[in-house]
Parts: sequence; C-alpha cells; structure tokens
Amino acid sequence: MVDSIMRIQKLYKSFGALKATDDVSLDLRKGEIHALIGPNGAGKSTLISQIAGSLKPDSGQIFLDGEDITQLSVAARAVKGLGRCFQVSSLAMPLSVRRNVMIASQAITGSSFRFWKAVESDKALIAAADEAIDMVGLLDRADEPASYLSHGERRQLEVGCALALKPKLLLLDEPMAGLGAGGSERLTGLLESLKLDIPILLIEHDMDAVFRLADRISVLVYGQIVAQGTSHKIRHDPLVREAYLGSSDLDVTGEVYD
Amino acid sequence: MINSITSLNFTKNMSRESWVNLLLLVVIVSVPIIATLMDEVYYVNLSTRIIIIAMAAVGLNFALGFGGMVSFGHAAFFGLGGYVAGIAAFHSFEGTLFLGLIPASDQMLLIWPVALLGAAMIALLIGAISLRTQGVYFIMITLAFAQMIYYFSISLTTYGGEDGLSIILRNNFAIGNSNNPLHFFALCFFALLMSLWLSHRMVGSRFGAALTMAKLNETRLATAGIEPYSIRLVAFVVSAMITAFAGALFADLNGFVDPSMLSWHRSGEIIVIVVLGGVGRLFGPIAGAIAFVLLETFLGGFTDRWQLFLGLVLLGVVLFARGGLIGLMTGNARHG
Ligand SMILES: Nc1ncnc2c1ncn2[C@@H]1O[C@H](COP(=O)(O)OP(=O)(O)O)[C@@H](O)[C@H]1O
Ligand SMILES: [Mg+2]
Repeated sequence: MVDSIMRIQKLYKSFGALKATDDVSLDLRKGEIHALIGPNGAGKSTLISQIAGSLKPDSGQIFLDGEDITQLSVAARAVKGLGRCFQVSSLAMPLSVRRNVMIASQAITGSSFRFWKAVESDKALIAAADEAIDMVGLLDRADEPASYLSHGERRQLEVGCALALKPKLLLLDEPMAGLGAGGSERLTGLLESLKLDIPILLIEHDMDAVFRLADRISVLVYGQIVAQGTSHKIRHDPLVREAYLGSSDLDVTGEVYD
Repeated sequence: MINSITSLNFTKNMSRESWVNLLLLVVIVSVPIIATLMDEVYYVNLSTRIIIIAMAAVGLNFALGFGGMVSFGHAAFFGLGGYVAGIAAFHSFEGTLFLGLIPASDQMLLIWPVALLGAAMIALLIGAISLRTQGVYFIMITLAFAQMIYYFSISLTTYGGEDGLSIILRNNFAIGNSNNPLHFFALCFFALLMSLWLSHRMVGSRFGAALTMAKLNETRLATAGIEPYSIRLVAFVVSAMITAFAGALFADLNGFVDPSMLSWHRSGEIIVIVVLGGVGRLFGPIAGAIAFVLLETFLGGFTDRWQLFLGLVLLGVVLFARGGLIGLMTGNARHG
C-alpha cells in the first residue's frame, strides 16, 4: 500500500435484506481528494458512518495510518484524526459558532476532565478555535448562535468543527448541497487549498465540483464499487457514463475542466 | 448590527438574572435572622429546610439541567446521605461499633466525606449501567435502582427498618453549636453556597462545555472527539454527591431518618423543584424549593390536597414559562 492514510478492506453492512455496503475496499492517499459518487441510496452515507464509527460494519476492517480502528468509538477515532461532516448539519444551535468549534479544540488540547478553569478565559483554546473558524471564513460571526447562520454557513461551520480537530483526513458528506453558486465556489476553493495537508474523502452530487476537485473517484451503486480510478478515467468510462452519469451532461462539464 | 443587539440583550438579561439571584439569597438569609430576633424558631428551621431541599435540587439540576439526564432516582442519594448521618449519630450515641467493626463519629466533618464517598460509589455503579440507556429508559432504570435501595433501607432492622431511626443528639460541627437553629442554618446555607459555586465553576469549565454539548447534541460531542458517556457518568456522580450532602444535613435537621427519604415520591419532588425553579438555571433550585416548601407548609396545613395546587402551578410553569420561576422573574424564558 503506497502512502494511504486511510484504508477500508472488504467492508460489509446489511440492513435486513438490503446490502448497503457490499464488499467495499478503497483507500485515501496523502494529498488527494477521493470522491465517492453514486445515486441516492447507493450507500455513500452508510459507508462514511462506518468509517467515522457511528455504524458498526458486519465485517471488514478500517485502517487509519496503518492502525486497525474498526473497533474504536466515534470519539476515539475523532481524536486519532478523523474529521467528519454530516450530510445533515449536526450542530448545537443555541451555542455560538465559537462554542461549537471550541469543543473540538478542547478534545485535542488536553483533557475534558478539568473542572475549574473557565473556558471563556482560556486564551489558547479560543485561539485554536478561532484559527479553524477563520479558515472557513466565519470569524466575524463567531459570537453569534449557530441558529443565526444560513444553511450554507452552517455547512461551513461543520467543516470548521472538523478542522479544529487538526484531522489527518476529512470525511465530507455532500458539503456543497444547498450552497448557492457562490458558496459552492468558496468551499471548492477551501477544499483545494486543504487537500495537500488534509486528504479528503468527498461525497458530492455536484459533478462540476467533483471533476474539478477529485484526484480519484469511486462509483458506488447498490453498495458496490462499480468503478474506481482517476478522475479522467471515470469521466471517460463508458459504463459509468451510461449507468450513472448521463453521457450528454458529462461532455459539457468534461470540456470545461479538461 | 444583529450581533450587537443580541449581545446587549444578553448582558442585560444576565445582570437581571444576577439581581434576581442576589434577591433570593438576601430573602433566604434575612428570614431566619428576623425569626431568631422574634424568637420564632419554627421559621428558622423552615428556612433551613428550604435551603437543604434546594441543595438536593442543585445536585439534581447539575445532572438534569446542565447534562440533560432525567434521573428519577435521586432520592436514593438523598436518603443515603441521611442514613450515613443517622447511623453515625446512632452508634455514637449508643457507643457501639458500625457492623461491630468500625467506631462511629458524631463529627460532621468525618460523616460528610463518608456520605459523599458512599454516594459517589453507588452513583458510579448506577450511572455506569443507567447511562447505557437514554430517554424514558434512563428514567425507569434510575427509578428501579432507587427502589432497590429503598427496599434495602426498609430491611435495615438494626436501624429501625420501616419506622426509621431517631437522631437523639444532632451531630457536631467543628465550630459553632449545631443545636442552635441559627448556627445550623448558617452551616446549611454555607453548604448550599458551596454547591452553587461548585456547579457554577464546573458548568463554565472544559468539563461543563462538554456536558453542555452532551445535552444539546451528543453526536457533535462524539464527533469532536469526546466520549459523551464518560462525561455524563462523571456529571451523574457529582450530582449524586451534592444531593447526598443535602441528605446528611436533612437528617440532622429533622433528628430523624426513615425510608421515605429514599422513596420515589421524594425523587419526584426533587424533579418538580428543579422544573419549577427553572431547568438548568443556577439558582432555579432555590426558587423552586422556596415555592415548594411554602406551598407544602402553608397550603398543606390548610388542605391535604395541596399537591393539587402544586400540580396546577407546575402545569402553568411547564406550559407557559419554560424558564421556570427564575425565567419568569428575569423575563427571559430561555431554552430549558
Ligand atoms: N439505519 C438504517 N436502517 C435501515 N436502512 C438504512 C439505514 N441507513 C440507511 N439505510 C438504507 O441504506 C441505503 C443506503 O443509504 P445511504 O447510505 O444513506 O445512501 P446515500 O448516502 O448513498 O444516498 C438506503 O436504501 C437507505 O434507505
Ligand atoms: Mg447520503
């Protein structure tokens, strides 16, 4: 295995008779964005949940930096460097933007079993959080409750929360969904600037963004990976085009970014 | 613009809440002092009762209000504290050994650590199992554990079984005279202040930040790399210890401890006080305890059906004032 930061090996997960993950193996390499595409219900979110630890696979292994993390809890994986963003934002709405991010900074800057010192005056903690908030461009709104943010800003905040973990990789589940063209553009720029330091496993429906960002693409259909390869290869794979992408659309977007 | 307006409102409400809190403290301190001057011991002890029950609720509020854990078994910890004080007083008075082995003491400064340690150990056990469940299952399992301890207390024939145990001589504190009602009030008031300060500091700490997140969004907490389970467990233990401390004081106040201290009615009362005062409000338990004890004492002296009125008040609070009495007084019915 060359330089992969995260590797999934023969993962299976069924919900009753439904095979949501069916013999999936893939890896995420240093410095890359690996896009996971596929129709709704293909099992993309289910796969992310298993990598992040909120769902236990029926069988198979997940390795982070060579270590088998299949049995670890969500929190343990997060501390080891798995940053995750949900398809549906999961934030503490009444708390400020900063408070949402600080909790992640807190996890990596020492124990949470400190009972006395006020976090409000913990300069190091606040600075660490603000750094992540700044990266996603929300610093001027850091004191506002998360509930005041627009849908797009909440997505940015989630990315900020994940970045505050100083993660080894990011798992992003449709981060562009519902962002306007501007928001999408900005996030694409951010991800591009991040990927060298933090490789990203990206689920995304916006094919423009996928082809612009992804170094490699895996296509998931009915829980199985039906095609895997470089962005270029997938774009021109006749099977993929026919089965999933819809060939006419693709030619247009393909030309633009070639 | 929006930012400055909300932060302004926020500070205004905060200071108003601080004023309300201060007012509550002033009232609760002046009543027993005036009562002492007027030789009305009854009102001194009534104030002490309010203080102690408030402290039991401060304990529960830590788990319920700040951590979102609806424990229906906190009477077990209240009673545990009470029985430690009662059993210590009993053996000291009789000059006998606890379990025939351990010499007892009538010194509160020795009794309290035992009560706190005992509560911590039992809470650790109950919490470790109960916190694997959530919602209504958590409520039921904490109730079930408390009922087990309740029946255990009934089986303690050495200590009066169902009839309970009289504390003939109140345990002693290092300074002052614990038999003096005003001295004992002062002692309990100081304990209450300590528990409030402890809650306040802990809620504002790293631990408190994690606990708040465990309540608001457990998924966010875990995704941020902190185990919700261990945070909750520690909070549950701290909460039980504060309530047990209150229980030890309650036994000495009444000169009596019996299994009713551990009954599920008592657990329900503590929940009612927290909700009445304002869930997750630092001084909510004090407002709740004042309202509860006054209703119980004055309406209860008037009619046995006083709980009907309590029910109506509670209904009003739950339906119209989610911030409880504190929320009403500060005009800020923040999320509960
Ligand atoms: N917890 C669950 N229980 C039962 N079925 C589920 C569960 N989660 C997802 N599924 C099913 O598994 C399939 C894959 O879902 P999902 O991973 O969300 O797909 P995608 O993210 O690719 O749209 C869907 O058919 C969905 O209904
Ligand atoms: Mg999905």
